[in-house]
Amino acid sequence: MRKLYIAAIVIILLTPLGLLAPGSAWGEWGLDEIKSMIGYVPEGMSRFSEVIKAILPDYSIPGFDSNFFQQALGYIFSAVVGIAAIVLIFAILGRIMGKPQKKNE
Amino acid sequence: MHIPEGYISPQTCAVMGAAMVPVIAVAAKKVNESFDKKDVPAMAIGSAFSFTIMMFNIPIPGGTTAHAIGATLLAITLGPWAASISLTIALFIQALLFGDGGILALGANSFNMAFIAPFVGYGIYRLMLSLKLNKVLSSAIGGYVGINAAALATAIELGLQPLLFHTANGTPLYFPYGLNVAIPAMMFAHLTVAGIVEAVITGLVVYYLEKTDEENILYKFSYKLRGDNK
Repeated sequence: MRKLYIAAIVIILLTPLGLLAPGSAWGEWGLDEIKSMIGYVPEGMSRFSEVIKAILPDYSIPGFDSNFFQQALGYIFSAVVGIAAIVLIFAILGRIMGKPQKKNE
Repeated sequence: MHIPEGYISPQTCAVMGAAMVPVIAVAAKKVNESFDKKDVPAMAIGSAFSFTIMMFNIPIPGGTTAHAIGATLLAITLGPWAASISLTIALFIQALLFGDGGILALGANSFNMAFIAPFVGYGIYRLMLSLKLNKVLSSAIGGYVGINAAALATAIELGLQPLLFHTANGTPLYFPYGLNVAIPAMMFAHLTVAGIVEAVITGLVVYYLEKTDEENILYKFSYKLRGDNK
């Protein structure tokens, strides 16, 4: 189990490597990128693109992403927050799952 | 491969969401029947693993990026149904907190990455095992095919948009590129780079788990979901 924790921490610390890849993923452009590509922003895209504002948009801390160091910290922070949120959801699921188990005992 | 908000029409979002409902319902039933409460942390680890490796963007020739998913690895270790739940939760957190993939598009994104990818990958893995290939090679091939199947599904959902949803004069309302552009672009990125990364990660982790005494962890859950007690 200890090895697993060490591996997890190493992977989290390495996540900023993902920042080094240039450009966005194909089909995941921002509205300004779409505009420069085809000359206009499709109506539905601009209408729905801001339905929900993310708390940490694109795995960065808003206003704290001006250089690579800040972006890298934002990425690591996002990884920790994301994993914590996942663990929390599964903890809740585990509680819900506990009930039918008790019936069988 | 995360479809952002506004890239596919609300109708498409509704159809894909409706397609995911029975998948999650069956998955929840199967997992609840065969998993103990103490097995849940394994699903959390799988979910967190997928979440994290999706942050590793890989450069694709031509200036775009792609990423691995880990879907086939989760399907092999947890069984495809538990993998489906774990991946859906990772995608939900990505959409909700980080704006990676739309909230309305969550049905489509989970259909591609939490249903197509783990089930196709797992099916290919089982097929390769039945052809007497070893587990490492089988899992790598499964990972490669699984992520590419998901990329193809994503490309089709995007590429259908201008065909189905446009104004009277033909201006696209949502994603502007048709199937003839979307499929080659998505498949190029995943057949050449992302698929290979997914295959290597899947194969390496399976190799590691086989070499150490963690192999029981590796197959315990998928055995459980299949009902064999090995």
